[in-house]
Amino acid sequence: MVTKIARWLFFTLIVRPLILIVLGLNVRNRERLPNRGPAIIAANHNSHLDTLVLITLMPPSLSHRVRPVAAADYFLRNRLLAWFAKDIIGILPITRQRIERGVDPLEICDAALKRGEILIFFPEGTRGEPERINRFRRGIAHLAERHPDVPVVPVFMRGLGKALPKGEALLVPFLLDVYIGEPLTGRVHADFLNTLRARIRSLAETDKGPEWD
Amino acid sequence: MDWLDIHPAALQALGGILGVLAIANLIVFIIRGRLSKSLHHELVSRIQSWWLMFAVFAIAMAINRTGSLIFFAFVSFMALKEYLSLIPSRRADRRVMFWAYLTIPAQYLLVGYKWYGMFIILIPVYAFLLLPMRMVLVGETRNFLRAAGTLHWGVMAMVFSISHVAYLLVLPEQVNPAAGGAGLVLYLVFLTQFNDVAQYCWGKLLGRRKILPSVSPGKTVEGLIGGIATTIVLSWSLASWLTPLNVPQSVAAGALIGIAGFVGDVTISALKRDLGVKDSGSLLPGHGGILDRIDSLIYTAPLFFHFIYYLHG
Repeated sequence: MVTKIARWLFFTLIVRPLILIVLGLNVRNRERLPNRGPAIIAANHNSHLDTLVLITLMPPSLSHRVRPVAAADYFLRNRLLAWFAKDIIGILPITRQRIERGVDPLEICDAALKRGEILIFFPEGTRGEPERINRFRRGIAHLAERHPDVPVVPVFMRGLGKALPKGEALLVPFLLDVYIGEPLTGRVHADFLNTLRARIRSLAETDKGPEWD
Repeated sequence: MDWLDIHPAALQALGGILGVLAIANLIVFIIRGRLSKSLHHELVSRIQSWWLMFAVFAIAMAINRTGSLIFFAFVSFMALKEYLSLIPSRRADRRVMFWAYLTIPAQYLLVGYKWYGMFIILIPVYAFLLLPMRMVLVGETRNFLRAAGTLHWGVMAMVFSISHVAYLLVLPEQVNPAAGGAGLVLYLVFLTQFNDVAQYCWGKLLGRRKILPSVSPGKTVEGLIGGIATTIVLSWSLASWLTPLNVPQSVAAGALIGIAGFVGDVTISALKRDLGVKDSGSLLPGHGGILDRIDSLIYTAPLFFHFIYYLHG
């Protein structure tokens, strides 16, 4: 109960005003976002705020079902951060490193999809260089294969690499552009990972935005 | 704090604007059969956005002076953010741009404290000297001139110019006994926005000769002249109610707002054309971004302010 209130206060008083007023969103094709779970949102990753932007995009009535998939080694490194990441943001912690046989790092994601939750997945696995798309990791392809009927919605975001790039603590206000692509599923697309990557790339190419050199 | 701290004449003027909006809504409804579907849709979404803008503006004006100043500071913030998001910029200048944002609270605090001497030089003197210094400290020289020029232009237009609307609010009572600072703001903002609409309507009705085809293909000589004439008639008929201007002064104010409004509009059009964007944003359906809405005000606000300040300040 206390966690629920803390979470609601955090999103209503801090996250939404920050994303919608201090920064500001230009969303293209908002109607392509899932309106119920299970679903996966696959987005490019440049900033810690990416997750908060994607949660803000969803209607408040759904936001408690939105679960960002995040690196356990980073977000569970101390107790305070772990409480914040798990209870307030609602992350699903997964292991990025190679692990011993018999342990399935995606098990927690499977369970969440079975509960009808909406996962936020960053296929690049890490934030990387500002405003650039890195190599995709295979995790999301495995997940789509196991859940062939769950729609995967490609999303491209631009602007957060300017507003709050990796390694910077000072937030500088910039408008963010968010492009929502056509959903795809593991059943329909044989070469899932390349198809997903191509879709996010083509979203990125629809609007390159101003020079940032 | 005094709530609803606004001159009665200014409150009546807000009621008048409400009436104008209602009439505009009614006209679009009556002539809907003679409009193409896309034009009708555009007009309806424009008017809806006008209602929303009016509601926010009216509340901001009527609350109290602090509320009004915060509102105009917020307009500057939204406009500067839109501008900085549109222009090419350098990674190295993130912190410099943060400094540029800090001019907003500083400038509007000076308005609040009515420190005119500092208000008028903070940006053109101090910000213009300090921002390049901050850029030099970053040490990146590639595209230095482009970065300094675009940043100055943005702070000048979005913060310095727009803050003149706010300074009208704090002018001494004896400048405008008829309706106070709020009366001057309503006169300026209403005429500037109505001038835009009048130029658009006259252009749609009679427009033949293009005036600046390479910058803004929709603008015509007929639209410009019709708009200025309409604005002069309005500035003359509203002046004794809302301003200290006599008849020749009010006619001059109308011409000033009509011409400067046009220049502001096409200047921002040129900027958008250079950047290859149609609208500056998507904040106001039918209008575009906030920059598309305040483009004329960037020019009319400082010019009208100094017109009043020179004649009656």
